Amino acid sequence: MAVGKEIRVKIASIKNTQKITRAMEKVATSKMRKTQTRMLATRPYSKKIAQIIHHLSHAKPEYTHPFMVERPIKRVGVIVLTSDRGLCGGLNSNLFRMALRQFRSWGKDQVEAQISVIGQKGCSFFHGIGAKIIAQATKLGDSPHLEDIIGVIKVMLDDYRDGNIDELYVAYNEFVNTMTQKPKLLQLLPIKCDELTPELAGHWDYIYEPDAKEVLDDLLVRYVESLVFQGLVENNACEQAARMVAMKSASDNAGKLISELQLIYNKARQAAITQEISEIVGGAAAV
Amino acid sequence: MVMTIHVDIVSAEEKIFSGLAELVIAPAEEGDVGIAARHAPMLTRLKAGEVRVKVDNSETLPFYVSGGVLEVQPHVVSVLADRAVRAKDIDEAAAMEAKRRAEETLSDRSGKLDYAKAQLELIEAVAQLRTLDRYRKNR
Repeated sequence: MAVGKEIRVKIASIKNTQKITRAMEKVATSKMRKTQTRMLATRPYSKKIAQIIHHLSHAKPEYTHPFMVERPIKRVGVIVLTSDRGLCGGLNSNLFRMALRQFRSWGKDQVEAQISVIGQKGCSFFHGIGAKIIAQATKLGDSPHLEDIIGVIKVMLDDYRDGNIDELYVAYNEFVNTMTQKPKLLQLLPIKCDELTPELAGHWDYIYEPDAKEVLDDLLVRYVESLVFQGLVENNACEQAARMVAMKSASDNAGKLISELQLIYNKARQAAITQEISEIVGGAAAV
Repeated sequence: MVMTIHVDIVSAEEKIFSGLAELVIAPAEEGDVGIAARHAPMLTRLKAGEVRVKVDNSETLPFYVSGGVLEVQPHVVSVLADRAVRAKDIDEAAAMEAKRRAEETLSDRSGKLDYAKAQLELIEAVAQLRTLDRYRKNR
């Protein structure tokens, strides 16, 4: 029967799309589990190093590292962590929106911003708006290693040391739970000391080996790296979770569309049959 | 009863060890350091080598670290390793292979760029093997 051919074709094509989104949902679900365990595995390190920095802020060091000194802000650096692939809902665009809002408010205060980007999506977006990108890293895959992002961080740290930037931030999506991811801007440098715990405060200092400058330099670079790395694995977990949710709603929507089209198709078919019968009956009566 | 000190060994990608010990021996940059409870606060860099955690008289746990930072507070020792492995998990074949590769690159002076990297790899591989050796002997 020739009736509703185009509707049938449409239904078939939506079914194909639905198959793809379903498969992507399944893949994202299993990857999400992996990325979440990874995210949890990196936490002890970042917690520990944060603790040491916390202790350090209580000590009365003989040497103050430039990373801990606040300066008047003329220029800032932002490391933006994004995903390599799309189809993950509003994850990246939410982050970009937050970043742009922040850039505008810095712009009002005559503060220039320079960024380094991790992830394909961020690269194409910030190139598109003509932002000042000084470093980028893409295609890190689902299980990134610290080595992959050291370069990007080092560029920023060097700029900070040379006084080209006065503050350094990292922007990424914070993993709240599977359904919720929140864009977050975290200040890396200068290192902010949170309020002091009284029992730790006093006039003590570490014994540094070989000397304070070298040890602190090493430790603080590691601290910044661990924060960025933690952000990266968290952003990864967010990406998979967001993709899973986006693909699930895409599959659901496809299902709804299919049942609607099916209804229209059935109605058209029935109308065609009724018309045919009435034509036959009409023809018989005429004879 | 010997005083014990809490020891945490973490690497960037996972938690390796957490527990009480009588003594911790770590490869600090200027020679091995032994740390018992109530040590003065100390902050030092570690080189590639073995961290030994003496739990009690009968048991000493070896860990391999590729470098990192050691922090000592009177009751807590934290080892932040760039990469840490429990000694029994060190893959000997991989360590041997890495050592061989590094030596090969070292002897081939033409590729000067990788010289520093190869030397680093060699140091790491040798330290891994040494840790493994000692672990075997103690068993």
